[in-house]
Amino acid sequence: MPKIVYDGSLDPRTFKDVIGQTIIRLLESDPDVIYVDADLMSTIGTYKYHQEHPDRAINMGVSEANMMGVAGGLAASGFKPIAHTFGPFASRRSFDQVFLSAGYAGNDITVIGTDPGVCAAFNGGTHMPFEDVALYRAIPTATILDITDTVMFKTLLPQLIERPGVKYIRVGRKQNAKVYDEGSAFEVGKSIRLREGSDLTIIACGIMVHEALQAARILSEQGIHAEVLDMFTIKPLDVEGLLHSAKKTGAVLVAENHNKIGGLYAAVCEALAFHHPTPAACVAVEDEYGEVGPQDYLQQRFGLTKEHIVQVAQDLIKRK
Amino acid sequence: MTNNVNALKKLAAQIRLGAMEAIQARGFGHVGGSLSVADTLAVLYGAILRVDPNNPKWPERDKMVCSKGHAGPAVYAALALKGYFPYEDILTLNQPGTNFPSHCDRKKTPGVDMTTGSLGQGTSLAVGMALGDRLKGRDSRMYLIVGDGELNEGQPWEAFMFAAAQKLDNLTVLIDWNKKQLDGFVADINDPQSFAAKMEAFGFHTQQVKGNSVEEVLRAIQACEEVKGRPHAIVLDTIKGAGIKEVEDTFSNHSMTPKPEVIQGWVQILRDQIAAMDGGVFDA
Ligand SMILES: Cc1ncc(C[n+]2csc(CCOP(=O)(O)OP(=O)(O)O)c2C)c(N)n1
Ligand SMILES: [Mg+2]
Repeated sequence: MPKIVYDGSLDPRTFKDVIGQTIIRLLESDPDVIYVDADLMSTIGTYKYHQEHPDRAINMGVSEANMMGVAGGLAASGFKPIAHTFGPFASRRSFDQVFLSAGYAGNDITVIGTDPGVCAAFNGGTHMPFEDVALYRAIPTATILDITDTVMFKTLLPQLIERPGVKYIRVGRKQNAKVYDEGSAFEVGKSIRLREGSDLTIIACGIMVHEALQAARILSEQGIHAEVLDMFTIKPLDVEGLLHSAKKTGAVLVAENHNKIGGLYAAVCEALAFHHPTPAACVAVEDEYGEVGPQDYLQQRFGLTKEHIVQVAQDLIKRK
Repeated sequence: MTNNVNALKKLAAQIRLGAMEAIQARGFGHVGGSLSVADTLAVLYGAILRVDPNNPKWPERDKMVCSKGHAGPAVYAALALKGYFPYEDILTLNQPGTNFPSHCDRKKTPGVDMTTGSLGQGTSLAVGMALGDRLKGRDSRMYLIVGDGELNEGQPWEAFMFAAAQKLDNLTVLIDWNKKQLDGFVADINDPQSFAAKMEAFGFHTQQVKGNSVEEVLRAIQACEEVKGRPHAIVLDTIKGAGIKEVEDTFSNHSMTPKPEVIQGWVQILRDQIAAMDGGVFDA
């Protein structure tokens, strides 16, 4: 069970450090694990390891499509490949290779796409994936996780490399709020209830978990009791957890750092429409391209804030 | 416009200064790759490109695509000095709402001919624009700047093969062979061997020059005009971080967050260099 230690403070460790350390630990403990990167090792602290172990941590250079194909080939040779690059290059730039050379051809690979959505900040619109989840959701049986904090990352990556199929993790490189205690256990397909409530359910993932928890606190001061689920497992979606909460609260708000088309909001709406039609709304990117700037500015610019969640929640419960 | 080498040297130093002042205003940025390409930008905007800063979309103009889009700060400095917009504007680099993002964006910045930043993609776009100009019967030339690390991508080679097959002699590819990419040395990461031999084999009229020498770059670009029926490639033998010794000597000089006093020192070095140069004021 995950132990929740959220108090709004930042994770003491950056994702950047934990991503690199977790990959290296897996390489050291399992000779079948192999790691490929596309000239972005220094962004997650693995370049030094690559220099010492060039056969375990392979730098492909800036060639993402080639990297996904090579990862597929390494999988066919009996390896468990982990491929890393920034989110846009791990998804749109190399999509057909992930889809066919890995997915369709039955070569199981794990892809880490860093700096999701507005986390791409100063790299700007070309580097800002608001569509990576939409793309990966369309790959049959793919697993998609949007990571909340460093404890979650280091617990789930080892599980993920053992899962069949195409696996995609979207994760930032800076610090999110700390939510889970060391030693917490996570299960793919099982969301985590971070707060109980009766008036609406806020379903969030990644950086939006922190915003959702803050929004729930503000709403409770207004007498609105929001339940908050961490739906880090976008695919497979925790339909059971979703329905359980939706039946209780009768309203569902999804908060995600992604286009509202094709991401978590879409997945939630698809499940609700079939199983238990429920008024729903989202705090997500309104079908726009990204732009450059500090992350806090971009969260304001695209409405990915606690204030916006509060406002959308107030409107949503009127529709119950 | 000028063919005066001293004026071009001075312009190159001014481009370096503009790029560093923009990065200084933000506090961090793509230092190494902006500096290595400054001399080429000086030659292009100082001596070669037929463009009109008052009419940036003039269809008959020559075009420049910087496919290594992260050299935006240097491109913006060149465009400001050329008169496209006030110099102060580039100091908004990467600020909220800016028209000067890390990576070149044609929808934001006057004079930027193509949006780039996802490495490799600017090559096909430039080939398409060069082909389009030819099909429209325009007498326009296309200058495409690519990074050496960027050439790890497969797409540029698809674009080059196609450009040669189309005999696109209005295209000049300028390869910024600065030996380094993001993680380290190009030769350590994914050794490309000889770019010159590769471009030659692809059917390009190919030259290799000292890319931080405005004289050599100017002469090479001018030589392209004499060769018909083939696209042109110039391998620019450059130094990543060229023009500021301390940056040249730093291993990780791709994206840098220098201490305020450090970047102030670099800015001062460039100002002193410019003050000591003759060549007058650059006249766009
Ligand atoms: C498709 C893609 N992959 C990765 C990146 C991240 N990235 C930005 S610059 C860079 C290295 C580029 O090296 P090079 O082309 O040699 O540029 P220069 O040395 O001139 O700065 C990388 C990997 C990117 N912008 N686009
Ligand atoms: Mg380079």
